[in-house]
Amino acid sequence: MSAAVAFDASRLSHHKRRKLVNQVALALSLAAMAFGVFWLIWILIETVRLGIGGLSLAVFTEMTPPPLAETGGLANAIFGSLTMVGLATLLGTPIGVMAGVYLAEYGKTTWLGRVTQFINDILLSAPSIVIGLFIYSAVVAKMKSFSGIAGVLALALIVIPVVVRTTENMLSLIPNALREAAYALGTPKWKVISAITLKAARAGVITGVLLAVARIAGETAPLLFTALSNQFWTSNLGEPMASLPVTIFKFAMSPYENWQKLAWAGVFIITMGVLALNIIARTMLRNKN
Amino acid sequence: MTSIYDLPPQEKAKLAVRDLNFYYGGFHALKNINLSLPEKKVTAFIGPSGCGKSTLLRALNRMFELYPEQRAEGQILLDGTNILDKKLDVSLIRAKIGMVFQKPTPFPMSIYDNIAFGVKLFETLSRDAMDERVEWALRKAALWNEVKDKLQQSGSGLSGGQQQRLCIARGIAIKPEVLLLDEPCSALDPISTGKIEELIGELKHDYTVVIVTHNMQQAARCSDYTAYMYLGDLIEFGPTREVFTKPKKKDTEDYITGRFG
Repeated sequence: MSAAVAFDASRLSHHKRRKLVNQVALALSLAAMAFGVFWLIWILIETVRLGIGGLSLAVFTEMTPPPLAETGGLANAIFGSLTMVGLATLLGTPIGVMAGVYLAEYGKTTWLGRVTQFINDILLSAPSIVIGLFIYSAVVAKMKSFSGIAGVLALALIVIPVVVRTTENMLSLIPNALREAAYALGTPKWKVISAITLKAARAGVITGVLLAVARIAGETAPLLFTALSNQFWTSNLGEPMASLPVTIFKFAMSPYENWQKLAWAGVFIITMGVLALNIIARTMLRNKN
Repeated sequence: MTSIYDLPPQEKAKLAVRDLNFYYGGFHALKNINLSLPEKKVTAFIGPSGCGKSTLLRALNRMFELYPEQRAEGQILLDGTNILDKKLDVSLIRAKIGMVFQKPTPFPMSIYDNIAFGVKLFETLSRDAMDERVEWALRKAALWNEVKDKLQQSGSGLSGGQQQRLCIARGIAIKPEVLLLDEPCSALDPISTGKIEELIGELKHDYTVVIVTHNMQQAARCSDYTAYMYLGDLIEFGPTREVFTKPKKKDTEDYITGRFG
């Protein structure tokens, strides 16, 4: 068999070297990915293994039990988490979206816009325990009581910077040509933003909100000093309120076996919830593109 | 005053640019432009990149006002009214002077709503009247037959050429008097370009059309008047046939014969 095309030798050796470099680079990045995935999968396996054993209908229907009790569940903690996370999201999302709109559409070049952006970045990376302590001194100490509402405020303070940042980023990705096209029809600015740019950025903004929800669903520190916890069911936001993370924190550190089992069940519920939210967020972003 | 920029007596000036100077920050992009754009005719702005043709076009509907560092001095008269007057509501001016951009920009909504969006800004129509308007605009833009069965589908699902005709339909749905086209075919394939050019020929029966183009054949094919610009100056303006066959200026001749640019 004769070679149909003749290549010059130096070019062939160059090509060989390039292929080798390519393979090494590919192997290294695969190894890095495997390292990350390994821990993630291990965490998931452990969560499922230990959590699923503690799962039963009672977990969703009964209150957190005293130590060494025969029965008991996490109903009050689940309800407390859903309530506080839900309200914090309802409170934080509009504020965050509006601030993000301001940064992307109005304040981009202004002094106030840049300062807001800077402060938002700091808030975004602020340790959540700092936010918990801030709400403690600003709300709990003044009201002289731990309360669900204090928990909501602390969580909302975590939601806001995340939503501000994603909204701003997503709006900045919208090509200026789309804005110009809307203005060219004589559209007023508020309408351009509400009907065109925000709509075009919708999937990204919603993803940001879902990621913020996923983040606060697992936050313990900001609730420890604000909502505290409650052994009983309460829907009164003026009283201390139970939540999954704080209950897990308390139960997992205890020496009682029934508490430890419930802690694992709680870990399982939170992990699955956050996982589901992340998957939803990612699918939404993919559908958009 | 008779200058090469005046229109022949049979033409009526729809837009008149008077002593227009334009600045991007400190950069003087348009220098003392004087030009009259004839009513219900197609005028093409040609010239090498950076000559100011798009800048001039974007001054005609005050698009530049979106960018605080850009400013225009002088007058642009629409039927005698200076539209650069800050007291005039820019929305109303833009409703009279529509614009279509280089890249198609369908809004993130259905084909129907893309058209209805602009109409709703200025008019309150019954459902039937709106349906009629949408159909009218799509027919005018030679798009109706291709989209009549999928009006509720997203506008971004159309091909590039269809999207561009959708943008033209959106522009004419609000019944403007002038249409500004900023290189409307530069992102399109030859067949779509042909359709748009054919459409431009139709549109001039009802609208005053101004088109910026890089493509001299396009200017020659579909315009009645041509303005040649270079480095912020208006070098020559006149009936397209004359500009292309016996240009008065050497610069124009060099450019259109491809000796430069």
